[in-house]
Amino acid sequence: MNAIILSAIWGVIMMFTGILVKRRGIVGMVGILGIVVLLGVNIAEMLGMPFFHINTRNMLVFDSFSLLFNTIIFSVALLYFLLSGKDIEKVGADVADYYALIFFVLAGVSIVSSYNTLLMLFLGIEIMSIPLYILTGSDKRNLKSNEASLKYFLMGAFSTGLMLMGIALLYGAKGSFNMEVIGTGNATVTPMMSAGLLLLLFSMSFKVSAAPFHFWTPDVYDGAPGVFTSFMATIVKAAGFIAFIRLFKGCFAEMQDHWQLVVAIITAATLFIGNITAVFQQSVKRMLAYSSIAQAGFMMFAIVSLNNIAMEGLLFYTAAYCVATIGVFAILIRMKDYTFEGFNGMGKHHPVLAATNTVFILSLAGIPATAGFLGKFYMLSAAISTGKLFWLVIVGIVCAAISVYYYFRVIQAMYFKEGPKQVIEAGKGFKLLLVLAAGIIVYLGLFPQTLTGLLYYFL
Amino acid sequence: MIPVLLIAIPFVCGMLSFFIKNEKSVKLWALGSSVMTLAVLLLGMGILKTNNDLYANYEWMSSFGSSFSVGLDGMGKVVCLLTAIAFPAVFASTWRRKYPKPNNFYALMLLSQAGLIGVFVAFDALLFYFFWELALIPAYFLCSIWGGEKRIAVTFKFFIYTFLGSLFMLIGIIYIYTKTPDQSFALQSFYKAALSNGEQLWLFWIMFIAFAVKMPVFPFHTWQPDTYEQSPTAVTMILSGVMVKMGVFGVLRWLVPVVPAGSWIWGDTVSTLAIIGMIYASLIAMRQDDLKRLVAYSSIAHMGLMCLAIFATQQYGMQGVMIQLFNHGINIIALWIVVELIERQFNTRKMSELGGLAQKAPALAVLLVIVALANIALPLTNGFVGEFLMFTGIFNSTVTKFNVPFTVAAVLMVILSAVYTLNMLQKVLFGDTSRITAGARDIRFNEKLVLVVLVALIFVVGIYPRPMLELTQSTVDTILSRMILKHP
Repeated sequence: MNAIILSAIWGVIMMFTGILVKRRGIVGMVGILGIVVLLGVNIAEMLGMPFFHINTRNMLVFDSFSLLFNTIIFSVALLYFLLSGKDIEKVGADVADYYALIFFVLAGVSIVSSYNTLLMLFLGIEIMSIPLYILTGSDKRNLKSNEASLKYFLMGAFSTGLMLMGIALLYGAKGSFNMEVIGTGNATVTPMMSAGLLLLLFSMSFKVSAAPFHFWTPDVYDGAPGVFTSFMATIVKAAGFIAFIRLFKGCFAEMQDHWQLVVAIITAATLFIGNITAVFQQSVKRMLAYSSIAQAGFMMFAIVSLNNIAMEGLLFYTAAYCVATIGVFAILIRMKDYTFEGFNGMGKHHPVLAATNTVFILSLAGIPATAGFLGKFYMLSAAISTGKLFWLVIVGIVCAAISVYYYFRVIQAMYFKEGPKQVIEAGKGFKLLLVLAAGIIVYLGLFPQTLTGLLYYFL
Repeated sequence: MIPVLLIAIPFVCGMLSFFIKNEKSVKLWALGSSVMTLAVLLLGMGILKTNNDLYANYEWMSSFGSSFSVGLDGMGKVVCLLTAIAFPAVFASTWRRKYPKPNNFYALMLLSQAGLIGVFVAFDALLFYFFWELALIPAYFLCSIWGGEKRIAVTFKFFIYTFLGSLFMLIGIIYIYTKTPDQSFALQSFYKAALSNGEQLWLFWIMFIAFAVKMPVFPFHTWQPDTYEQSPTAVTMILSGVMVKMGVFGVLRWLVPVVPAGSWIWGDTVSTLAIIGMIYASLIAMRQDDLKRLVAYSSIAHMGLMCLAIFATQQYGMQGVMIQLFNHGINIIALWIVVELIERQFNTRKMSELGGLAQKAPALAVLLVIVALANIALPLTNGFVGEFLMFTGIFNSTVTKFNVPFTVAAVLMVILSAVYTLNMLQKVLFGDTSRITAGARDIRFNEKLVLVVLVALIFVVGIYPRPMLELTQSTVDTILSRMILKHP
């Protein structure tokens, strides 16, 4: 509760800062302060200190899962602000507005991590999406940015429509929006239930850019300003997955046999399309867009298997994926050249950037001793422990091997190829933060229980 | 404590090496670190022999049932000894070689040593998998940065091959883990896993692919000659001397005792593949003009023989494999040292351009002849002990009906190996000197020292193999008792 209210309030504060303060640096400081406060109050709630006592009539549930997810997301957002704050200021004139929109997105994120009725799900998703449409188009003079924004808006509105229809059908079948009511008595599946399920599955797949609903992703990620791509590809996508798994765990767990195969096929398709298309990209930014589709495919393993390992693993995967992706993007958006050739010779000219970038890339590729490996390990374990779907596991690892091909192209460019020295603005603090992020990845890769243990420690 | 130190010394020293910019001091540092590792290992084998010293178990990822469990059993000691000897030998023999950015080179070499030793001492499947991959990453960078012309593409192929293989192994590991009674990754729990014959049927292959790629067994071998050719020779020595042993080691520790029924069912199939690989690689080796490629194919052939002997499931054969793990490593490193010497001096590896070295470099000639004879398993050399035991094992095997044809094929491989090795000796050492070798000089002190030590090892193991055989006896018994247990 703390996080939802405070993030909304802080969004408003940010808007006023824009009016009152003219210096950009201060706006950024207020933003960072806001995220620190959010993190603090959320941890306070984990420790059993809710500041607001509001009777939500069981529409929102704050369990350890949702609170831990919030903590992860706010920590990642803090890292994002610290690493890329300067780049947010460079996008355009309305810096305070960007920060305000980001805080509104975070309010939406905290709602989708703790909803218990489908109405709240709908509200959360909308609160999350609408600021994103604006952020995507924030580079107003760039035609690609405008196109991306419009495309995102049209497709997003369409998928929201699907979601509403699905919710309406479920309401028709059960007479309630409450997930506990919808989730019980599904031993026999009525046509209305399965139609609602399918519509919700499609709209959620759209939000997390799972194939075949992924077509918007590369264009939007490529067209949006790099900083906001980083934000969308990590924090927003993670929130989409939390909404996804809460929905399926809450409403459709009993009828898993009916939808498991469909979701498995979506997963396999996402993995294949994401990985194979990423191989052919020439721009690293576009490659990362497809790689985020591919990573979504791996996170879909959690939805397919829907057991305890999957829940735990999804949280871990989220943290690992977000930190690594934000790190890669933080370096990428400071470069002039977004192609693979742009990275040539980076190992020689910018050793710290190249070394940390290597750690991020190794984590995304899933090499042991990085968090990314354990994330994949969790996902594979979850799928294997269902005892079925062995073919999906095989698809998963073949795709993981393919992903090495395009991820390692970056490493090859940085270390094994010669290139002219590029000007990359990187101060001491920036480098230190990158090293810290790389350290977090390695630490989580060796001691995952520091994170997953929290799930059972609180509440 | 000892196994932890064996991992920690090269790892810490390797990390520090990144910051030693001076070439001379980083070389000394790396050599010192590798000698210290050897000293610690010898300490563990000679003096501190209690279980407390040789085994260690720390809590690690307890939520998965995985612990940092390391130890040195007989087989572990043999391969660790090989690793600990290989690295100082490589550093000393390539002392004069100049690398751009020497600090990174030596740091990565030491890190790969840490990974290799980790693989050999791990008694926990997840830990084993960690080290298995961690040994690969430094090797990838080493080959890609300091390798030959086509290094990037070739090393990449090598990386993807092994990575895909190990991912399959990961699935196998997770699956067996879900079947263990106490949900644990420990080796002992893996032994107790309730696996039906039907499950073992496919688990065998899913695990074997990773090891087969590393060994390499036909048809997973295509990465090897290219990678050996393109890598800097110091790395090739480690790859062929130690890293391919990971494959055999993995089969012995994590495959055949864990899925014995699967091993029994597929034994003949794997043996057939091994034989095809042996003969095929030997035939190709006969046609090679490039020294590096010749040694690479010879290595495939000899590893095939070890694979064959494992699946014969017989006391002597298994002992032969254990001792040959060590011998083959020593022999092939010695061969590579000679290749490196020749390449550095004459800038060519083509046998057709060499000749008459025996007149110009007598010390080199004597040492090379001994190493080559060990490679074709002449009595009194270490190769004879290992290969003789393996032949005995294959011939007396009770698990296969085809023991006689298998033995014939294995002997044929040795004959072919004699053909190409002696041919190589003839072309390189004897005959008239060519234009290139006319001005040749003999080998320097450091190279001579390393080769003499390796040749001494060849003779010691060849004449008095008993200590080493006793060392591995208990491991052999454990593996065989697991394998024979499940025979119908």
